[in-house]
Amino acid sequence: MRVIAPQAMEKLVHLLSDDGYEVVGPTVREGAIVYDRLGGMDDLPIGRGDDHGQGHYRLRDRGDKALFGYVVGPHSWKKYLFPPRETLVRVLRRDDGGFETAPGEAPPPRRAFIGVRPCELAAIAVQDRVFLGQAVRDRAYGARRDGVFLVAVNCAEPGGTCFCTSMGTGPRAHGGFDLALTEVIDGDGHFLVAEAGSEAGGRLLERLAPREATEAERTAAERVWREAPARMGRSMRGDAREVLARSLEHPRWEETAARCLSCANCTLVCPTCFCAQIEERPDLEGKVSERVRSWDSCFNGEHSYVIGGPHRTTVAARYRQWLTHKLSTWHAQFGSSGCVGCGRCITWCPVGIDITEEVAAIGADTGGSGP
Amino acid sequence: MSALAAELQGHEPMAPEPWRILAVRREVADGEVFTWTLEPLSGRAATARPGQFNMLYLFGVGEVAISVSAIEDDGAVVHTIRAVGSVTRAMQGLRTGEVVGVRGPFGTAWPVADAKGRDLVLAAGGIGLAPLRPVVHAVLARRQDFGRVLLCYGARSPRDLIFRDELDEWQVRRELDLRVTVDRGTADWKGDVGVVTQLIDRGGFDGRNALAMVCGPEVMMRFSALSLHRRGVAPERTFVSMERSMRCALGFCGHCQIGPHFVCRDGPVFPYPVMEPAFRVNEL
Repeated sequence: MRVIAPQAMEKLVHLLSDDGYEVVGPTVREGAIVYDRLGGMDDLPIGRGDDHGQGHYRLRDRGDKALFGYVVGPHSWKKYLFPPRETLVRVLRRDDGGFETAPGEAPPPRRAFIGVRPCELAAIAVQDRVFLGQAVRDRAYGARRDGVFLVAVNCAEPGGTCFCTSMGTGPRAHGGFDLALTEVIDGDGHFLVAEAGSEAGGRLLERLAPREATEAERTAAERVWREAPARMGRSMRGDAREVLARSLEHPRWEETAARCLSCANCTLVCPTCFCAQIEERPDLEGKVSERVRSWDSCFNGEHSYVIGGPHRTTVAARYRQWLTHKLSTWHAQFGSSGCVGCGRCITWCPVGIDITEEVAAIGADTGGSGP
Repeated sequence: MSALAAELQGHEPMAPEPWRILAVRREVADGEVFTWTLEPLSGRAATARPGQFNMLYLFGVGEVAISVSAIEDDGAVVHTIRAVGSVTRAMQGLRTGEVVGVRGPFGTAWPVADAKGRDLVLAAGGIGLAPLRPVVHAVLARRQDFGRVLLCYGARSPRDLIFRDELDEWQVRRELDLRVTVDRGTADWKGDVGVVTQLIDRGGFDGRNALAMVCGPEVMMRFSALSLHRRGVAPERTFVSMERSMRCALGFCGHCQIGPHFVCRDGPVFPYPVMEPAFRVNEL
């Protein structure tokens, strides 16, 4: 087991930066942990933690020097790989009435993500299957995804709305990263256990001059890994896929719709939601028209619009679409659940609708053996 | 950006290819339904199959999913469009020689080959005749391969009937049993008045040995399927073509989902048993 000092994060940021990466990671902004450019370790949310509940999120001072002592914020890495708004292609009108096409944007920078939670690694893998695993490759996603350097940070203190254990995605990462860190704060000791997940990760780790863990450090790290799963605030029924597939006419949809504001917060904070609209943006001269992709949500009325009106006119139908897609039909489409158990949709729902509670309520009525 | 950088980024699947309008034809008196014959400006396009669709693009306006309504031997593709939304209304004003964008073809095709040696029932409602027309063409080109062929076509009124010349020709050639009905007749209309299911109920085909393809509004497809099944057509040999909002046609944008199915990728043509559960659930 290799360990590095917390101060090595400063060097890690600079090494990646020197290697040509745009280094992004967690930082505090407007009362929340968000992902943004990191200039050094001082930009990390040092000593900050966060409390999560249904429709509740507050930063707090931890009283220590933890670098990664929070859970997850409203942002996910989706905003870098599948940005909220991007120009996919520019269409250039020619004088003869025809047109040609040109790239919508300059090639994206090669990025290093610092502080990727195991549930977020799983979310990236889910979106990889959506955008890169179908017959046609999504060029824009692929251009951002290729060459990303992933520094994962395992969760020592999952939050009140977390349920990654029940989704099989955390709280410890077992692959899909270049480097994985576990932050251990044990009495006076404060160190990071580092595991390489790729050759590039191994080379970077060597440049950080790691040392072997002492017996006490090893014991402390193993205690973090052992105890974290029990700190989950919530859990999802293991048979969510089947429960929802047989409950399309359940009265709960109407009951929840009476609370749901159809505001789309859940789909915006969800690290796997991929619905997008394509907008045509011509310039004033009529010479260039951009095809712009931006996040859409199945909670928006226009999402299901065809001539004659939207297919899903009611909030109940939209909530059912979101939940059944995320937890049930996603399996048939992409071979896994669309939910990774990060809990963001619970935390950031303004009326506190809880995805685990909804499935439990529907499951309780329709039988089956939920855990 | 350099050409090399663009090359490294790879092909952009949302980039339309320029195609020229070779011909424009009005299908109804007011021009609300019109047919374009299109050919690619350069290169060869993949050949569409009956039932598939293209994304048709108008510079500065947007893109719509439109089924192919005929496939020419020389690679030209024919689309029949109803001007009902912002993009299709703008398309209504285009003339021969103008350039539009095309992406495609996309989606599943009607299983024409599976109908060989069988009776074939085609049921169309309104503009739903357009995606079925390439099937008629394919069948008439190898008429001896198929048993009895019925085309049951329902429109709102006699004025809304599309492909009038071809309907007359099919009627005259007597190679298929063409039955047409309208919701509301006019003084000079001598044909049937009523829903398209009544034309199916009249029979004239061996249901147990028939294959059926249905395209029209969802309620029309659902009740047509019920009529077909009453006549003995196996549900798994009944096919429907679904319509949903399609923005990308690639399975990325998420808009066209019906339950687990992406209409753009898994459809638009589905075996009826695959769609039947969705027909039962309101607003799925």
